[in-house]
Amino acid sequence: MNELQGDAARTVEATPAAIRSTVDPQQDRREIVLRVTDLRKRYGANEVVRGLSFEIRRGDCFGLLGPNGAGKTTTLRCCLGLIDPDGGTIEMVGQPVPKAAREARIRVGVVPQMDNLDPDFTVTENLRIYGGYFSLRRAVVDARIPRLLEFAGLASKGSAGIRTLSGGMKRRLTLARALINDPELLILDEPTTGLDPQARHLIWDGLRQLLAQGKTILLTTHFMDEAERLASRLAVIDHGALIASDTPRGLLTQHVEPEVVEVYGDEAKKWADVHGRRLSARLEIAGETAFCYANDAQPLLADLATRAGVRYLHRPANLEDLFIKLTGRELRD
Amino acid sequence: MTFTAKLWAPPLLSPRFLPVWRRNLLVWKKLAIASVLGNIADPLLYMLALGYGIGSLIGEVGGMSYIAFIGTGMVCQSAMFTASFEGMYSAFSRMHVQRTWEAIINAPIGIDDVMVAEWIWAATKAVMSTAAILVVIMALGYGHTWLVVWILPLGFLVGLTFGAAGLVMNALAPSYDFFTYFFTLVLTPMLLLSGVFFPVEQMPPVLAAVAEFLPLKHAIDIARPLMLGGVPDYVLLHVSVLVFYAALAFYAALVLTRRRLLQ
Repeated sequence: MNELQGDAARTVEATPAAIRSTVDPQQDRREIVLRVTDLRKRYGANEVVRGLSFEIRRGDCFGLLGPNGAGKTTTLRCCLGLIDPDGGTIEMVGQPVPKAAREARIRVGVVPQMDNLDPDFTVTENLRIYGGYFSLRRAVVDARIPRLLEFAGLASKGSAGIRTLSGGMKRRLTLARALINDPELLILDEPTTGLDPQARHLIWDGLRQLLAQGKTILLTTHFMDEAERLASRLAVIDHGALIASDTPRGLLTQHVEPEVVEVYGDEAKKWADVHGRRLSARLEIAGETAFCYANDAQPLLADLATRAGVRYLHRPANLEDLFIKLTGRELRD
Repeated sequence: MTFTAKLWAPPLLSPRFLPVWRRNLLVWKKLAIASVLGNIADPLLYMLALGYGIGSLIGEVGGMSYIAFIGTGMVCQSAMFTASFEGMYSAFSRMHVQRTWEAIINAPIGIDDVMVAEWIWAATKAVMSTAAILVVIMALGYGHTWLVVWILPLGFLVGLTFGAAGLVMNALAPSYDFFTYFFTLVLTPMLLLSGVFFPVEQMPPVLAAVAEFLPLKHAIDIARPLMLGGVPDYVLLHVSVLVFYAALAFYAALVLTRRRLLQ
């Protein structure tokens, strides 16, 4: 089904600034959990968010992608009602934000970018005390704690101090803490930044379990593999504005040629200028590597097979290619 | 409401501050003995060393033994230092270093609730050190009167005043070092000019006039008569001065903290 929609999308590829959805929003009957419309936020002369709009429906994992400084965290802080936008409207779990932000946060869980567990408390105490902030009865919280510890893989660590936990354990506990109020919407700000691959996979497994239970997730990340694995819908933002939004598959078919050949080696640049550009739909040079994007890579591969002094890798296009295409290769601070 | 209006809005008071206050209490319970000792060791040493040392040279001051005189000053002084310390160093740890406040305001609790909790908590700790020093004074044989109990709510009020002042500093602080200014420019002059060690009347008239504007002086004016079993004069005036400073400082702390965290 995705393939079909992808083909349909490709026929209108020439439209600039293609912000199109491959799923007809009229047909999607699921409830909207978060709706952001024309959000604007400026700091002095610097407009950090410029007219951002998106919707998240129940059960979706919505990935908000963007380079550093694209406005991801500012957008999240606006949604939580921690900062007031300069323009636009936000409706989260049915409540207008910032007006009823506190009421909305009762039904939302947050995993912040940086750990802020209480270092003076044990694992269990961290969950219990956080439950207190939601005015939950002690019995309700205590009943949830064993399941949450189990979920976080910390069942044997209940009485451990926070300082004794590894980075991955702290993240998992932070995720468990965000679930203490059984939220409808879970907001995660770069949940796996700074974790090793094993720890990241554990977090992803946890998030997939939550999605299977029907939770709705808003996730910011600049890891494309994370977005690829988890997100059912993606929005790419840069300089505070939406560049593209769709399913991961939809975005790829819409914006990137399906096949990529990466060419390395001393001769790569010279080869790219003489032959690569002619045989590719699009070609980019980054350092010593030529990225050749093609709808059909066979002519490229046939040519490369005859060349000495170049090494190459043929692979399908992925979200990283999309991300680079949409946000450019230059470094962000 | 515009951001400016929100910034300057009066404090939003609600019982939501309670779980945050309780969190601080639970942390304190884990370190209670060290914490109490830390808060009362200094004032006790001053009281005993100066009380017996200088006290043996000068006899009675202001109608009471010097150790009881300085002891009463130390009760108020310790409430001042304990609450200031809590409003500055401890609040800064929770706000900036540990990001505890950030975690709390992601839950359905507002920054105003957090500020009220920290304010009341600083005053709570002030009462604890007030009580601890009172116990020592009474063990030494002074202040055996029911009126002494009034010194506890006085300690709370002193705690509200200086806790709020500490929170103003916290809202402005780039790092812990910043708090040194408050010690040098506010707390030390307050300690020396408010009649902790000697009666304010002993100072030159100019300094005595300055002392009239110091909240600690008004706290001591309430505490000393209570220690002797008498009802202080001008209680309403003294309490009003403390309430005025406490309310002003807390409002300033609230506006500055909103500006710092909600932008």
